[in-house]
Formats: sequence, C-alpha cells, structure tokens
Amino acid sequence: MAATERETLSRSADSRQPPRSLAAQQQNVGTLERWISAFGGGALTAYGLLQRSALGGALAASGGYLVYRGVAGNCLGYRALGVNTARHPGVVSVRQAVSITKSPAELYEFWRNFENLPCFMDHLESVTVQGDKRSHWVAKAPAGMTVAWDANITDEHPKELISWHSAPDADIENWGTVRFVAEPEDRGTVVHVELEYRPPAGKLGAAVARLFGEEPNQQVQEDLRRFKRLMETGEIPTIEGQPRGTRSPLGKILSPRS
Amino acid sequence: MRALCWHGKDDVRVENVPDPQIINPRDAIIKVTSTAICGSDLHLYDGYIPTVEAGDILGHEFMGEVVELGREVKNLKIGDRVVVPFPISCGNCFFCKRGLWSCCDNSNPNAWMAEKLWGYSPCGIFGYSHLTGGYAGGQAEYVRVPFADVGPMKVPDGMDDEQVLFLTDIFPTGYMAAEACDIQPGDTVAVWGAGPVGQFALKSARLLGAERVIAIDRQPERLELARRESDAETINFDELPVLDTLKELTGGRGPDAVIDAVGLEAHGGSPDALYDRAKAAAFMETDRGHALREAIIACRKGGTVSIPGVYGGFVDKIPMGAVMNKALTFKTGQTHVHRYLRPLLERIERDEINPAFVITHRLNLDEAAHGYEIFKKKQDNCIKVVLRP
Repeated sequence: MAATERETLSRSADSRQPPRSLAAQQQNVGTLERWISAFGGGALTAYGLLQRSALGGALAASGGYLVYRGVAGNCLGYRALGVNTARHPGVVSVRQAVSITKSPAELYEFWRNFENLPCFMDHLESVTVQGDKRSHWVAKAPAGMTVAWDANITDEHPKELISWHSAPDADIENWGTVRFVAEPEDRGTVVHVELEYRPPAGKLGAAVARLFGEEPNQQVQEDLRRFKRLMETGEIPTIEGQPRGTRSPLGKILSPRS
Repeated sequence: MRALCWHGKDDVRVENVPDPQIINPRDAIIKVTSTAICGSDLHLYDGYIPTVEAGDILGHEFMGEVVELGREVKNLKIGDRVVVPFPISCGNCFFCKRGLWSCCDNSNPNAWMAEKLWGYSPCGIFGYSHLTGGYAGGQAEYVRVPFADVGPMKVPDGMDDEQVLFLTDIFPTGYMAAEACDIQPGDTVAVWGAGPVGQFALKSARLLGAERVIAIDRQPERLELARRESDAETINFDELPVLDTLKELTGGRGPDAVIDAVGLEAHGGSPDALYDRAKAAAFMETDRGHALREAIIACRKGGTVSIPGVYGGFVDKIPMGAVMNKALTFKTGQTHVHRYLRPLLERIERDEINPAFVITHRLNLDEAAHGYEIFKKKQDNCIKVVLRP
C-alpha cells in the first residue's frame, strides 16, 4: 500500500503541482538542524576515533551517520516516523495509497460526504458539514480529551481529488489531498492520501502525539484498509465479540479487545 | 456451548464458552453437525504456528445447519445444510474476482500482522492463529461464519455428512495440488506424505489421468491405504532410499511431478533433517524442509513441484540450483476451496470418489483432546478423526 518511487515521479509530472526533484524529496531535515548534525557528528567522530576502543568505534560510526544526515539532509529515523523538518519545521507528513475495486466516482461520493469518514477513521469522533466548503472535525484523544478544528476545502475536482486546509484557529493545523485515480482494465481505483499536520505544543500536543501513535503512517494505512473493506464488502471484518475459551493472563494483556 | 480450545503445546481442552452471535450483516451462525481434525491443526497442537492464544477455538473443517442469518445473507435459509470452506473470502476484492479465494484482501482483520511476515496478507482462516484473523473455529457446537453469502454451499438431500465434509478442505487441497501438476497421459506423480491430504492428492492425480502414482511415507497403514484406494506404488522411507528408489521406478527419468503433502514438520533421519531439527530447536529456522528438498531433487527436468503442505516462515537450504537448472515449476498456495466445491461435489455424486475412505476414527466432540493425541502419535492406525458435537 505504500507509495512507490514510480508514483512519486509520475506525480512530479502532474501539472497541478510544481515538479520536485527526487533529491529534494529525500531531504527531510531542516537547515539549522543539518548544520548541527554535520558539525556535532564530525566532533563525535573525531572523539570516538581518539578513544581507540570498541565504544569509541561505535561513537565514531554514530558521528559518521550524523555527518551524512547533515550533509545529505536525509534522516532515516525521521523517514520511518513520517517526520519531515525540512519542508515545515515540526510538521508530520503521511503518504499512503490503497487500491479498491470501485469506480473513482463511487469512492469520491462517499468520501466527499465527510460525515461518513468516522465510520472507518478510527480516531475521528464526528465530522459535521457546515457549508459547501466548510466542515467541523472532532477527533478522540487519550483520557477522554478531544481535539477539534474547522476545515475548508481548498481545491476540488469531482471524482478526482479533494484538498483541504484547517481554519486558522484549529487545535491542530492540518492540510492535505486525497486523490482518486482510476486503474486500467476495470481494476478499480487507487486512493492516494497525502496528509500533513503540525502537532501543537504543550499538553494538547502530547495528547495528539499519543493519538497518532509513533507511526502515523500505520494509522492512516489502517484507516484506508477499513475504507477499502467497507467499500468493497459493505462491512468491516472483525472478531470483536466472538466467543473464546479461558484466557491466560498474558493473553488478556496482549490483546484486550478480542 | 462446548468448544475445543487451544491452551499450549500438546494441550487442547473442550470448554464451555458463550454461543457465537451475528456480528456483521453478512454473517451466519451454523450449528455444527460434523467437524474434523486436520493435519494442519497438528501444526498448532505442536506449537509450530505463532500467534495462537490460549482460549482460541480451533477447527476449520466443519459443516452443519444454518440457524441464524445476518440481514445481508439472501442466498441461504434457516435450516439449510451447508459445507463451509476453510478460507474466509469476501467475493468482492481483486483476488476473489479472479478466483484466488484464499488470497482474499479483506477477510483478515489482522492483515497488518501477516504483512509484516509475508509482505501481503492471505485470507482469514477459521481457527488458525491470529496471523490469519483469529476467527473462532468449528470444532464446537456452533460457529459464526463471516461472508456467509459467498462461502457455504448447500448440500443435496440424501448425502450424508461423511460424503461431503471433506469438501471444506482436504479433498479440494489434494485436488488442487494434483491439478497444479498439469498431468499429461503417461505421467507419474510422486506424493510425499500419505496423510489425508496426500491420499486425496494421490486419488485426484488418478482422477486427472496420471498413469502411475507413488506414495512416500513411513506409516504402514497409510501406505496400505494408498495402495488399496489409489493403486499407488509405495516407498517406506524408513526402509528404502527414496531418491534411488524413485529413479529406479521411473527408469532414471524421475517423476513428472512431485507433491509435498508434508509441510513444515517433516520427519526423517537424513543429515538435512537432523540439521533442521537442531536449527528449529534453537529458533534459527521456523520450518523443517526435508520433504520439500527431497521432492525438488527427485523431480524430473522440466517437471512441477506442487506444494499443498503448510509452511509458515523460513526454510533453509532450498536447493535453488536444482530448481533453476532443471527448469522446475513451483505451484503452491492455501487452497482456493470455493473454486472446487461444485465440481468436486459432482464427482462425489457421480460416484467417482467417496471421500469417507480416509476416516479411521469417529469421536464425540468431548473426546477431541484424545483425537488430537492419537492423530499426532499415529496411534491405533489413526489417519483421520471426525468429531460430532
């Protein structure tokens, strides 16, 4: 389901978006952070090499990676976490895609009624449509907290794409695009989601971080999987509520829901 | 209701559990009339398949009577007698639409788990670990069947349970394995493992026109059954060197197709089998591949290696050089049972086969733990156990 390199390139050719080089795509570390990473890494390498020990070797290797990260502007850890400090400081980027055996029109219709989204997006509590372009979103957060924002549609092409951006007073600033691309030979549609958000500072920020977990890409992937299943089969397969025998204490901890 | 629950290696128990309920609109509840213990259940019993949890209800070969239907199931009625395929398939996805039922994209709620291990997830399976969905199985009085508008097939009146029960898994599994061999007139097919799936593979190879079938096992009663039912030639691997014997039986050419109906718990005393035992014991290898390796080496040039045996993880020392240099074709997969239900029911109706020939033990569900034990230890000439709730 992950976005592929090929798709990245074909997207660059898309007339609606300015072309970005592949090298620029791979940079996900901000300018100041790159300087700190490169110089700090250099110092660590020098220190590590002077130690002439196994620990020193490890420090030197770590330093070497920091230098690479600074010079290339590409952090593998950030990539895994979906973090990108190069484009917008503090912004989390998510990109996922899923293929569904339905037409772009059917999928667009369902998605465009944003009030449908909570039935497959796990963390959403409700969406209220307030006008042609404006809607109000409420998401669940841990400990009974909620985060809320208004969103405006910024671009829209029926059966093709919807772009949105949160209103200025949002608890959590977020923006993105969902695109519906027909596949050849009646194979259905690929739904691409690109989503970015800026976690707020303070206590609310911590709640948001927990809300999306450490792997926001995984969360969105599971949301899209539920969307696919609902659209293709009319239901979301589950084992919640089925019978089972006596459980071990460990089993109860590992999967409390089933 | 009573249900057979897994509690650990060599530990299964019949317990009282809540009755299943309709959860989704395309569900049905089936009152089980007959269910069987599958050779692949022994992989769970032996602790070879990860993500089974204490309390999980096992069983994926079952049939019975429809007692409750979700609002979207229009093709079944309360009281219908049905057989239920072991793979759970939605019928709507890319794969189901192409007849690749066991590759269903939508039926495994734990697809993310399988994706970590296998890249992409197969279908959900009844009672077969949380890697394939964690669905409660059918070794129980009642079972919830998801996508009941797609899987279950009505059984004609006048056919008894034992004639049709094995349409749920082992007959289609053996048949698909034989079909994968693309059998031509004059062909010889060798089958490793003369357990229930091996027996159906031998018999299906005959139905599909194989000139000769050869069964490889070490249980005399299984080899005897293969000789009697499928007119098989047999090799007891405790008594004869398999590769040399096959070479001699085929005039030096090798079998045209080979079928591995053993899977990940191969036995044997050869050096590679001992290597597998040691490595699996040290958790450095998950699956023991002796039967598969031997089948690859035995197969004739340009032949087919068909693998219905279950593998879960990683096998070492696959002789890829033999695969490449002999131009072999590999065919495998969880069985696309839905594809075979009707054609094989027709073969049973035409008296071409009576699948009940593999049954050696008929027990009450309450005796299921005993059934697992004798099946595992091959005691009392046990080949196939059918349970009645």
